[in-house]
Amino acid sequence: MIETGYTADEMMTVAASRALTSDDVCFVGIGAPSAACNIARLTHAPDITLIYESGTIGTAPDVLPLSIGDGELCDTALSTVSTPEMFRYWLQGGRITIGFLGAAQLDRFGNINTTVIGDYRKPATRLPGGGGAPEIASSSRQVYITMKQSTRGMVEKVDFITSFGHGEGGDHRQRLGVTTKGPALLITDLAIWKPHPDTKEFTVVSMHPGVTQADVQASCGWTVRFADTITTTPAPTELELTTFRDLKARTKAAHAGTKRTGEAV
Amino acid sequence: MAAFRPLGEAVRANLNNGDVVAFEGFTHLIPHAAAHEAIRQRFTDLTLVRMTPDIIYDQMIGMGMARKLIFSYAGNPGVGLLRRFRDSVENGWPHSVELEEHSHAAMANAYEAGAAGLPCAIFRGYLGAELAKVNKNIKGITCPFTGEELAAVPALRPDVTFIHAQKADRKGNVLIEGITGIQKEAVLAAKRAVVTVEEKVGELDTHPNACVLPHWTLDAVCVVPGGAHPSYASGYYARDNAAYLDWDRIAADRDGFLAWMKTNVLGSSPKAFAGRVADLRGKA
Repeated sequence: MIETGYTADEMMTVAASRALTSDDVCFVGIGAPSAACNIARLTHAPDITLIYESGTIGTAPDVLPLSIGDGELCDTALSTVSTPEMFRYWLQGGRITIGFLGAAQLDRFGNINTTVIGDYRKPATRLPGGGGAPEIASSSRQVYITMKQSTRGMVEKVDFITSFGHGEGGDHRQRLGVTTKGPALLITDLAIWKPHPDTKEFTVVSMHPGVTQADVQASCGWTVRFADTITTTPAPTELELTTFRDLKARTKAAHAGTKRTGEAV
Repeated sequence: MAAFRPLGEAVRANLNNGDVVAFEGFTHLIPHAAAHEAIRQRFTDLTLVRMTPDIIYDQMIGMGMARKLIFSYAGNPGVGLLRRFRDSVENGWPHSVELEEHSHAAMANAYEAGAAGLPCAIFRGYLGAELAKVNKNIKGITCPFTGEELAAVPALRPDVTFIHAQKADRKGNVLIEGITGIQKEAVLAAKRAVVTVEEKVGELDTHPNACVLPHWTLDAVCVVPGGAHPSYASGYYARDNAAYLDWDRIAADRDGFLAWMKTNVLGSSPKAFAGRVADLRGKA
């Protein structure tokens, strides 16, 4: 990789943040989606509504939460509602414009596995499970996904469909009676992908500066489809980088500020 | 009618071997002290219900107390996987636990149905999701008016629910503030309910729409300052994020886990919790 002055992780998170607007009502997954959503809020999308599944609506955390239910999210929210209300009125009720998810395993049609590696009954690795994601994936008007590329993570076939994307592709969502758009954008540390209009297969539409098609293919477990015209993702701006780095520094300081415990009683 | 009781007594009087029990809390107000008391009293054969089983269920599973787990997200929030839970599922140590796995939406709806006295919950969910293939308690139901295919899951009706809250007044009415999660529904869905609180006050001094559980919905109230640690109590103390990070290391191997449990749970008491949050006060 050429010397760029920013990391692949920073490029990924900044690129993801650019997909969000002030008009969005975004259901935020923890980890990379949370960072991207808050960079958007702190740069070009100050009026974005961020919702975390713990019930916080319109939250504006000064530091990134370690969990989806940190006190910071409630303290800075417009309103905090109960868990049933969150899932029934706000998510199922159709108020969410974008569900922003991460993935342990992903396939080319945006199906996500966060449940098991291996067989469900006798897994090689038991992952945490779906949490809110199965219904975020079906009830949000559209879904954005962000993850670091790897052949372990981006696979030909996911071991378990925790959250349904485009299934086998094409009109599979409609055939199941799902009326929402589903995965509409995938942002990785190397590229930006969009579903093909007909097949719904994720297709590379933009590569980050210095990234080659061979790089994208080498860290992806399926044969990658590239768009006829591929743009170069604009490098992070000074403001985007500063915002992200300041946010990370504040977060690190805040989380280190809580005492260490363990054996001591 | 709620009685103020010491936690040890309240757990002994309300929990039995073989019970379906919920220790609820959505990141905030997790009833760690009540769970530790249940571990000290060595209950067995429990069906543990919780949307987000984290450290306390990792501890109970590791101590061999669970027969079954009904859940929707079994992780260490913001840290990673639950190592004792994994050891049980992947290696059967100390024994295998039956899993009934749902999504958050399903669990939230199921508790609400339990609180509402309904036999099942109906919602738009599990569309295309494979949990419906491995959990026989996820079924489809057709709307009699529109014909829409919806998901149905049984109502959750725990034998007993344990929660932690900020405060109780002198009669035992309980106030929950901040991220209230599923606690109100989990209490009202249960046959019995026990609440630990940070403090007992004269009056709750709140507003008309506050989340209050009247004393007559509860079986026991126990004053346990710090009783949510390492979770947090909004207005009292902050989340001990470092302890969640530490848990990943402590739970990594069986011997280390058992040694930690012996020192910090089996050989400890509810009184220890106040000291654990001393440095976290004023940060919430």
